[in-house]
Amino acid sequence: MLLVVEQFLNGLQFGLLLFLLAAGLTLVFGIMDFVNLAHGSLYMMGAYFAATFVMWTGNFIIGVILALGATLLLGIVLEFAALRHFYGRDHLDHVLATFGLILFFNDAVRLIWGPAGLSLPLPPWLTVPIQIMPGVFYPSYRLAIIAVSLAVAAFLYVLVMRTRLGMLIRAGASNREMIGALGINIKLLYTLVFGLGAALAGLAGLMQAPILTVQIGMGENILILAFVIIVIGGIGSIRGAFLAAIFVGLIDTLGRAFLPDLLRQILSSSAASTAAPALSSMLIYLLMAMVLVVRPEGLFPANRR
Amino acid sequence: MKARLSPSNLVMALVIAGLALLPLYTSLSGNVFVLTLFTRIVIFALAAVSLNLIMGYGGMMSFGHAAYLGIGGYAVGILAAEGIGSGFIQWPVALLASALFALVIGALSLRTRGVYFIMITLAFAQMAYYVASGLSRYGGDDGLTIYKRSNFAGIINLSDRVQFYYLCLACLSGGIYLVWRIVNSRFGLVVQGLRSNEQRMQAIGFPATRYRLVCFVISGVMCGLAGALLANNTDFVSPAMMYWTRSGDLMVMVILGGMGSLFGPMIGAIVYLVLEEFLSQVTEYWALIMGPLLLLIVLFGRGGIVGILGRFSRG
Repeated sequence: MLLVVEQFLNGLQFGLLLFLLAAGLTLVFGIMDFVNLAHGSLYMMGAYFAATFVMWTGNFIIGVILALGATLLLGIVLEFAALRHFYGRDHLDHVLATFGLILFFNDAVRLIWGPAGLSLPLPPWLTVPIQIMPGVFYPSYRLAIIAVSLAVAAFLYVLVMRTRLGMLIRAGASNREMIGALGINIKLLYTLVFGLGAALAGLAGLMQAPILTVQIGMGENILILAFVIIVIGGIGSIRGAFLAAIFVGLIDTLGRAFLPDLLRQILSSSAASTAAPALSSMLIYLLMAMVLVVRPEGLFPANRR
Repeated sequence: MKARLSPSNLVMALVIAGLALLPLYTSLSGNVFVLTLFTRIVIFALAAVSLNLIMGYGGMMSFGHAAYLGIGGYAVGILAAEGIGSGFIQWPVALLASALFALVIGALSLRTRGVYFIMITLAFAQMAYYVASGLSRYGGDDGLTIYKRSNFAGIINLSDRVQFYYLCLACLSGGIYLVWRIVNSRFGLVVQGLRSNEQRMQAIGFPATRYRLVCFVISGVMCGLAGALLANNTDFVSPAMMYWTRSGDLMVMVILGGMGSLFGPMIGAIVYLVLEEFLSQVTEYWALIMGPLLLLIVLFGRGGIVGILGRFSRG
């Protein structure tokens, strides 16, 4: 029982983290119609920035805020210098251009920080376990991730649905020519949205950093998961991304935790220990395949066009 | 296809002649490195040609093509590890496994279009990658060494560098010829018609998904063959063969050379891999140059190298 609660919370935490990544991806796609493979690189940069700034300032919170600002700035610079020239081009061109960016970022990080990974130490107040139920302790840092992610999700909801900026964003998603004709600076809007997406990716990266090591290519595997999520949730839909992310996070975590035991009851233990790792890493792809068979547009397609 | 002596045809002819005569150069100069490099290039060119069939002619942007390289490679590797060394068994199994994978993946992925298709093929290839990483019996993450290359009962000796090179070149030529035949056949015209206007093709009675799926499987099988060659070339298979950056490399080769042109992918593979080799000798951080270069190619190099040559020849 204890293990189940713990793994459930782990899954929720992972899912929420994936949401931050997927939200940026789906926001940029929904509004600019731009496929950004380099989103994983921004996630990686967020983690590297955080590790560096926390080391320089010696303060976790200040370092993290600086890192967030740096990722936001990096996103804006990237959009301004390179990516805005690709809007309106074929999706394939986006994929190739941002693939080039991934190559660039990986080697840039190797040049600046070296090939070895970094670690991001937590401050003492985030390492104490908290009693969440009688007899069940859970790491406070993971709880903090859950809280921050939920807060960001709420912030995104309010931003997109309740503010003037959000109104412009939604308008831009449904008809970009029209909003330009009404005198809105669409280029600036795009730059801001891209920066927001970059900051979300950076936030996900720096929050994950203390749990795993900060290393080159850390954004690549998780980016694929984010793709799976937005395919399941429906591209361009933040609500779909939220639900799909939690779903995927739970399935992935619970599958890894309990599938080996489950298989052991059916198969011999040696066969189970061979099959379990492969099967549990396949789970979410099987889920995606199932969703595609039933709903090729994803579970919650955004109502565009 | 009318033969005409334009600059682009001249370049193609020179490249093909160069590839055919390469072993002669190596035996005269003793420069074995060029031959090993170009064996690899020819194999990747075959993979790029297969990708071009669905991407350039069929309009299916597969971002998971490296999966077939891995599947073809692993079929050879696993059979070799289990003591079945005959190429007459290994290679058909490699092709069949690729065909099966392509059939399943294609049937699921072809329900979607556009970006969805790109992401789904990517995700399925990544799944194949994780499965290979999970094969602890066959080396898992570390990969599997192949101690003996495929044995073709004395007809051809794959351990002989020159023979192996010519085998790869023959496969590449066969692949290009096959694509040429397909593209100019009724089947190929339907697939190209589907790329241009799916609704119209369906309106005149062609089942879109079935045609696409067959094309997808043919392409997968061709790439599986490249995988079997690659495994024999490196004497080693590992999950890294199907990592998604490898699929990206293949895509870049196709675009760089010229998508939807017969020889474009081959030219793209040569230029990309030679450039990579060259840059990595200049600096350890070759991707710092290659990355932005890719951006510029996508931005300004419409139609790839073949397209640029074509514009040049038209004046």
